[in-house]
Amino acid sequence: MSVLLNVQSLSKSFRGLRAVANVSFEVEEGAIVALIGPNGAGKTTIFNMLAGALRPDDGAIFFAGKSIHGLRPDQVCALGIGRTFQIVRPFAGLSVLDNVIVGALRRCARVNEARAFAATIVDKLGLGSKRDFPASSLTLPDRKQLEVARALATRPKLLLLDEVMAGLRPLEYDQLIAFLQEINQRDGVTILWIEHVMRAVMALAHKVIVLHHGELIAQGSPAHVVLDAAVLECYLGEDLEL
Amino acid sequence: MTLFLFFAYAGQAWNIMMGFAGQLSLGHSLYLGVGAYAAAALYFHFGIGPWAGLWLAIALCALLGAAIGALAFRYGVAGVYFTLLTIAFAEFARIGLDHFAWLGGSGGMFLKVAERDRVELLNLRGTPAMFYYVILALSAAALALSAWLLHSRAGYYWQAIRENEDAAQALGINTFRWKMLAVVISAAMTALAGVFSAFYYSSLFPEQLFSINRSVEIILGPIIGGVGTIFGPIVGAALLTVLAEGTNEIVVAFGWEVPGIKQLIYGIVLFAVIVFLPHGIWSALAGKLKVRE
Amino acid sequence: MSLDFVNLANVVISGLLTGIVYGLMALGLSVIFGVARIVNFAHGEMMALAMYLSVLLFSTFHLEPLFAVAPVAVIFFIFGYVLHGAVIHPFVTRPEHSQFILLLALAIIMTNSLLILFGPDARAVSLDYLLEPIELGPLLIDRGKLYAGLVAFGAAAGLFTLFRFTHTGTAVRASADNWLGAKVVGLDVKRLYALAFGLGSACGGIAGCMMILLVDLTPGLGPAYTLLAFVIVIVGGLGSMTGALAGGVLIGVSEALAGFYVAPSAKGMFSFALLILVLLFRPRGLLGNKL
Repeated sequence: MSVLLNVQSLSKSFRGLRAVANVSFEVEEGAIVALIGPNGAGKTTIFNMLAGALRPDDGAIFFAGKSIHGLRPDQVCALGIGRTFQIVRPFAGLSVLDNVIVGALRRCARVNEARAFAATIVDKLGLGSKRDFPASSLTLPDRKQLEVARALATRPKLLLLDEVMAGLRPLEYDQLIAFLQEINQRDGVTILWIEHVMRAVMALAHKVIVLHHGELIAQGSPAHVVLDAAVLECYLGEDLEL
Repeated sequence: MTLFLFFAYAGQAWNIMMGFAGQLSLGHSLYLGVGAYAAAALYFHFGIGPWAGLWLAIALCALLGAAIGALAFRYGVAGVYFTLLTIAFAEFARIGLDHFAWLGGSGGMFLKVAERDRVELLNLRGTPAMFYYVILALSAAALALSAWLLHSRAGYYWQAIRENEDAAQALGINTFRWKMLAVVISAAMTALAGVFSAFYYSSLFPEQLFSINRSVEIILGPIIGGVGTIFGPIVGAALLTVLAEGTNEIVVAFGWEVPGIKQLIYGIVLFAVIVFLPHGIWSALAGKLKVRE
Repeated sequence: MSLDFVNLANVVISGLLTGIVYGLMALGLSVIFGVARIVNFAHGEMMALAMYLSVLLFSTFHLEPLFAVAPVAVIFFIFGYVLHGAVIHPFVTRPEHSQFILLLALAIIMTNSLLILFGPDARAVSLDYLLEPIELGPLLIDRGKLYAGLVAFGAAAGLFTLFRFTHTGTAVRASADNWLGAKVVGLDVKRLYALAFGLGSACGGIAGCMMILLVDLTPGLGPAYTLLAFVIVIVGGLGSMTGALAGGVLIGVSEALAGFYVAPSAKGMFSFALLILVLLFRPRGLLGNKL
């Protein structure tokens, strides 16, 4: 399997505070990789750098062999990286369907095409019955689904998911897990995923990367990482949510 | 009627920038003025008719809009600062043109008025009826354009930018480019309103054309009617025209002379709308009547 | 000393004094924005209101502006406080431009009410003793300007003291820095915002009271002063009180100089050009904090 995302020595500081320190990892094409670690470990900062929202202080990022260091978020999206935000950002005044159409227009030339494509995605994520509702009227779990739907509509090769499970009930986790599995296996979408819900991580991830205080302290298969001493000490030992 | 259509048209033009792309400009009188003076100067100094002159007006305003937009967006001037920036440019132009003798300065520029019952469409000299049809056509075109834009890619992208610029970028939208497009289209459309104004009144004064009062008048219609909608600016302009006429009738009937009563009523309506119906009267109505644009 | 230098000095002093009054007006706007986070687009109009009130007090009660300062300040404090609580505060959760339009509507209502009540003709307060200039060596200082400048400066100093040395002042500054944090700690943020708005209005009121000694009054002054206040506040630095005063003096002096050496009506261009440059290249103004 080829490497889709190659991150080398990524670093970022904010006014002297080191948020991300010398992080390197690879994501293989077609894999589901989970990024875990306590709050403040630097996970979202890494996402922001990958998505072009933040400029790294140091290091390099290669996506499908191309350097994406310093590109704008819209350029990064054009290359095939889609992302969701930890604190959801729906287009509140637009309907659910319109939200997703905005994403679909990235790859569809005509609005009609985009609308049809968006409709299928909306249905697949279980929001079909609410497609004409304003996004502002959705519950939080639905808004998270909308974030995912919108990002998916841009037909990404790599999907960056930021804590999409938070706030969902167990039934909804399972549905989302099944959905992610489907888009990964059937559509070949590579997923890099920040998550706290360990059950989902154990069930889905091919590889787990553990961050702590901005540093990468372990990476490997879920089974392997769970037993890693360093990881147990700093993270899992304290709150293991299985 | 002509005045109503004028403000309906200008309101539509402004609405594209604000309602669609979310950038509140209180300096649209700049484009009105530049458009007017561009066409008028060509006619006054070189005898070039408005149908040719309007191209210069559009070009100049588009460039100005692009310049202001580029500067503002590059340097991160947003929200209320952006509004102040637009006001500053309009005011700068107003005072500047007051001193610009070649364009008449503060004394004004006057275009030759042909006999009133001859219709000379080529030079836009003619009866009030002629002007009425011209502005009617412009308004209809603006309406069609707004409707088309709202449902096109541009409409979706602009609304996305308006609602959440970061999320829009993450979905692949080059927000700078699209904001610029909104600004340029809005400026170019307003330029035409300026050209119309120049030839309708046959006189131009910097104090009037570039005045912040003019900018405020332009935004009243769309805000009262409903920003971001297609019919909002028209409904708003209609309501304001009815109020103005009504007030006039009452004042005249009583033999009063009350300067500023019209503006006072506008202010009160604006206040009422922003407090009780912030999305505008048309939006509220459309919601009740379940009308989708 | 040469005559030219004396003329220049007179002009600068005149500008300085007018500038202090401008600075007080801008200070009011800065406090309102800095604390209550409100872009008071009706600030100049409130000042115009104060100017008309001063004229009325003079014509009805023979109360000179210099002595009317105290009652005017109180009236405007109350006016601002009530206006904020009743009308403006609900807009704190609304999008920024909604609030802006609200104040725009209020500005329109104020200006045109003044126009209807008082008519478009210019008004003034003429006091004979103010026409006598003060001689300071070779310099000639306009008495009215001097008194106005001194009162304005005094008011500004008073405000500084209030903010720096009283409990309420500290509370106000705290809520300015961190709305949520202030609420968590138990500060009644709404009341503090209203207080700030009242204080800012009072500044505008005092400035207006003093301004009537310097210029003739028409309803159109309101919008003009609003714009001037914004230019000063942004150039001087948003949220910086010293910045507002310094900005006022800067504008006052440059206006005076422009009026003396160049066409007086073009002086506005300078202010707006400066505003554009500051907005683009140094939005925090000359003395403001990093945004």
